[in-house]
Amino acid sequence: MARSALTGTRIRERRLALKLRQAELARAVGISAAYLNLIEHNRRRVSDTLLETFASALGVASVALSEGAESALFEALREAAAGSAMPVAGASSDPLDPGELERIEEFVGRFPAWARVLAARQERVAALERVVETYSERMAQDPFLLDGLHEVLSAVTSLRSSAAILVETPDIEPEWHARFLETIAQESLRLSGAAEGLVEYLDEMEAEETGPASPQEQLEAWLTTRNWHIAEFERPDPPDPEEIIAATPELAASAAKELARAHLVQALADTRALPLKPFLAALGETGPAPGQLAARFGAPMARVFRRLATLPEGVPGVPPIGLVVCDGSGALTLRRPLPGFTLPRATAACALWPLYEALSRPMQPLRMPVDMAGRLPQRFMTYAFAAPRVTGTAESQGFDGAAFDGAGFEGPVLMEAMMLILPAPLGATETARPVGTSCRVCPRAACPGRREPSLVALR
Amino acid sequence: MTEKRVLVVEDEPNIAEAIRFILSRAGWAVTVEPSGARAMVQIAEWRPSAVILDLMLPGRSGLDILAELRADAGLATTPVLMLSARGQGRDREAAAAAGATAFLAKPFANADLLSALEEIAVPLPAQGA
Repeated sequence: MARSALTGTRIRERRLALKLRQAELARAVGISAAYLNLIEHNRRRVSDTLLETFASALGVASVALSEGAESALFEALREAAAGSAMPVAGASSDPLDPGELERIEEFVGRFPAWARVLAARQERVAALERVVETYSERMAQDPFLLDGLHEVLSAVTSLRSSAAILVETPDIEPEWHARFLETIAQESLRLSGAAEGLVEYLDEMEAEETGPASPQEQLEAWLTTRNWHIAEFERPDPPDPEEIIAATPELAASAAKELARAHLVQALADTRALPLKPFLAALGETGPAPGQLAARFGAPMARVFRRLATLPEGVPGVPPIGLVVCDGSGALTLRRPLPGFTLPRATAACALWPLYEALSRPMQPLRMPVDMAGRLPQRFMTYAFAAPRVTGTAESQGFDGAAFDGAGFEGPVLMEAMMLILPAPLGATETARPVGTSCRVCPRAACPGRREPSLVALR
Repeated sequence: MTEKRVLVVEDEPNIAEAIRFILSRAGWAVTVEPSGARAMVQIAEWRPSAVILDLMLPGRSGLDILAELRADAGLATTPVLMLSARGQGRDREAAAAAGATAFLAKPFANADLLSALEEIAVPLPAQGA
């Protein structure tokens, strides 16, 4: 049996756990303290007989000393090494020198934290590889998808050829003319049928998607199950955010935990600063007008925005309200969608959103109606506002205003923009700005903000 | 003048009809064969100067037909223009590996179809008569 080079480390850990001094353990197993010291630092190998003696002195099975909990870690690192030998499209990768493989234990012994990081990345890579494989298999073998695409391409092929014949043959005989017009009519119907079928199929596919989500998506999914309202915080004795996280297995065990904690701490502070009862009373008078509400409560705009977007459901006179938050890079850090106003998941959003305009005009409130592109364009009212984000713990302590006089002098200024999305009031006659979700799925061909071609048919 | 004959093996009637129209106007004698199973018989009997072959045919794949054609001593040199709705990657490579003389992705421009055909059919002027 190959003895792990880390046996010494485990002996040391076990000894320290038992609060034994080196001299005591050395005496118990019958070696010198100096020799034990060398063993514990993995400078001397331990014979099988001596290992048994150590094991009984330390009250563990000898295998626990020779093969520790690192074996899973070693396995992951070996996989990572094997993975590095695989060719990567577009990049040359040199396989790991076999000599380096022998040094895995040394690596783990010297850099345990880095080893765990590498192993965790390896696991993530493997998980993503499985997802990609599933998708590519699905795309390559999915009979419906293949049939659907074939149908679309066949219809497009005859449409294109027939239309070109009509256009390019001025002296075409009347019977051929009629024949190709008929073809165009038939194939158009076939094309729209096939396209609808595909869209429906892809929609369903998206709905049943259960692939690994990003921490932000996990948090948003959890908030969605609660309609974005944390009712516990409205009680006179609100629980600690940690309690809520601990009671929510899907958050407690996931990478979304940190995000959830930050979100809940902020939500609790918001709730305390703007208690529900007076806030709803004011809302009843002003309507969902964030500027007036902020003035009335002397609250920062961001706080009023967040509170408006996380009210309990079904408050009379309050429409459903969506919210997007982005940082200075434009990345969406929180997305509460509103039906009809689709928010992009992973890609960058539409550059024409008032959200981004607010980012370039900090502290200036922006109220702007927008028309969201879609099969049936829908009108929404948006309120956008950007301000430096409170850094450090100032916000969690409730010192929102500190952002503008205290925090921020020491570090970089981090901007945060927010946009509330409300259904447009009926009968509004203001000119609305045409916007979309994101370029790839936006049908507005002639858009000044377009950064890449659209995937969807131009209308 | 030598008659230029092309056999179009295509199961989509509207596509086949458009191809027939385009090529007839350009002086080609066109025969359309919608069935993959009958394609080889047609080629053997009619001896076209070129074949336009769809890759995805019901009953028999265009690649199978092409492989059989290339294995037939008397017909092996027949130029073949392969059509496929999956223009990139595997289909193009598979067609080249099976011995297609040229490849055209669907949908195509009518002029491209004609020029691709003229290009591959030129080296065989002695055909027919």
